[in-house]
Amino acid sequence: MNVVALFKLVPDLVEELEIDQSGTALNTDFLRLIINELDDHAIEQAILLKERSGARMTVIGSDAEGADDVLYTAVAKGADQLIKLMGDPNAVINNHAMARATAIVLKELQPDLILTGVQAHNDLDGSIGPLVAEYLGMPYVGYVSGVNVQNGRIVVRKEYPGGLIAEMEVDLPAVVGIQSAEQPPRYVTVNKVRQAMKTAAIEERPLPALDVSGGAAIRRMFKPESATRAKMIEGSTEEVTARLLDIFKEIGAL
Amino acid sequence: MNQDIYVVIEHLRGKTADISYLMLAGARALAQATGGEVIAVLLGHNAQSLANNMAADKVLYVEHPALAEFTSDAYQRTLAGLIAGKEPRAVLFASSSIGTDAASVLSARLKLPLISSCQSFSADGRPICQICGGKIMAESDLPDTTTLLTMTPGGYKPEEGQSGKAPDVIKVEAPSLDNLRVTLKQYIEPEAGDVDISKEPIIVSVGRGIQNQDNIEIAEELARALGGVVAASRPVVDQGWMSTSRLVGKSGKKVKPKIYLALGISGAPEHVEGMGESEVIIAINTDTNAPIFNVAKYGTTVDLFDLVPALTEKLREVKKV
Repeated sequence: MNVVALFKLVPDLVEELEIDQSGTALNTDFLRLIINELDDHAIEQAILLKERSGARMTVIGSDAEGADDVLYTAVAKGADQLIKLMGDPNAVINNHAMARATAIVLKELQPDLILTGVQAHNDLDGSIGPLVAEYLGMPYVGYVSGVNVQNGRIVVRKEYPGGLIAEMEVDLPAVVGIQSAEQPPRYVTVNKVRQAMKTAAIEERPLPALDVSGGAAIRRMFKPESATRAKMIEGSTEEVTARLLDIFKEIGAL
Repeated sequence: MNQDIYVVIEHLRGKTADISYLMLAGARALAQATGGEVIAVLLGHNAQSLANNMAADKVLYVEHPALAEFTSDAYQRTLAGLIAGKEPRAVLFASSSIGTDAASVLSARLKLPLISSCQSFSADGRPICQICGGKIMAESDLPDTTTLLTMTPGGYKPEEGQSGKAPDVIKVEAPSLDNLRVTLKQYIEPEAGDVDISKEPIIVSVGRGIQNQDNIEIAEELARALGGVVAASRPVVDQGWMSTSRLVGKSGKKVKPKIYLALGISGAPEHVEGMGESEVIIAINTDTNAPIFNVAKYGTTVDLFDLVPALTEKLREVKKV
């Protein structure tokens, strides 16, 4: 069985986000990129499947600052093949374009199962998984927190609000959008990653021509202006503690 | 293409989801800009009565046993034919486990543009989307063709999408739904036995800022001192630090306590969906720009690791007196 995990790098939300001069995009000058957290869960789920059923596992991401780290970390965790999609770093790109281009590369690999994070926080034109699925003519199920292979099909745990789970059976090949892996993404030591860097090879593939149709034209970006912004309590720990006690009293919690 | 706004109604096990009404309200705002009607699209089996309280000009109802419960394949096939045939101005889907399974696939299948995480529409009908965990808003042009959109809560209220007058229901024939590639095996109910956080009046909730499992202890002590219970946001539950039964948000429980104390929670839209209607939200987060401060009544940027133990101690003193 061939399992592929797709990842993308997204702005780290811990950092301050700035809007660039055009007013329609984030300022990328000081933007720190990290792996989309749910894609990290997709990689973990792929490794779990490999461990359980001896699948061959490939990880694919596009070239960006930090992509090599993600790929080497994946191989240190157990991935077999690493592919980096190389494109023009200044090209306008959206999920539709990325999905079309990735689908072309995926066709060659003939995967049985493609896993990716169900969403990323900067998705503006849908998520990658279902787009890839349709471009490849495969079924898609998202919001999944567990995947098992049974009799040539997969059984997935799809999450609904309130903790309800729907167990769904899906024909292979398929694409699954992961909300969380069956266990938290494992930790690998820096030493193991360094070792992987020495032995593993990243295959660089040119990104096919990008077609961005299907996305939206952003007119402006702005930071949310809340009419109901919190009253900020300033001061030392003691002062804030005292004020919070007053608030608890005011609302009858004490 | 006509100017009507379609809303794909989301329902689960016989109950219409709140987001469906909220989308009907959003569709009304958009329809006012386009000059079209608001049309609810209901897929189901013996589900026609769900249409009765929808604030829509019309309801298109597709009846088929294979649509009794949601599966992506059956919804996609049914909606693909319907949207291609009717060519509405826009189709709204919930940004949810159901809506997002359908919307992106349909965008690719029908070659129609898709705009995701839309929270509201401007007066002239431009979608305004919430991205980057609620830190950035993006306003887009509504493309010139039938446009698919996924909607998040925050812009409209469910009550605005409900009506006392039942709308006209028009039955639409289902396509062939044989040989589906995705089938529902069974539902698995949430674990019982733990406290039901949706019934608790005081909740102390922890997010990524709590840093590790051992630190949850300080939140538990504060909750005990306040007479409340602990809950968590998604990253904490995904790490296995707290049980899924304590999860607040889109994929967890919806809570409306008297006091919601958010410790180290950034306030991503997925979390706010589950706690935004709490009576008094108090947020403790060192990031001044955390979106949680946009929904909280009170906030402080004092480090939770200093503040929480101090607060617990003071509460214990006060309660002894």
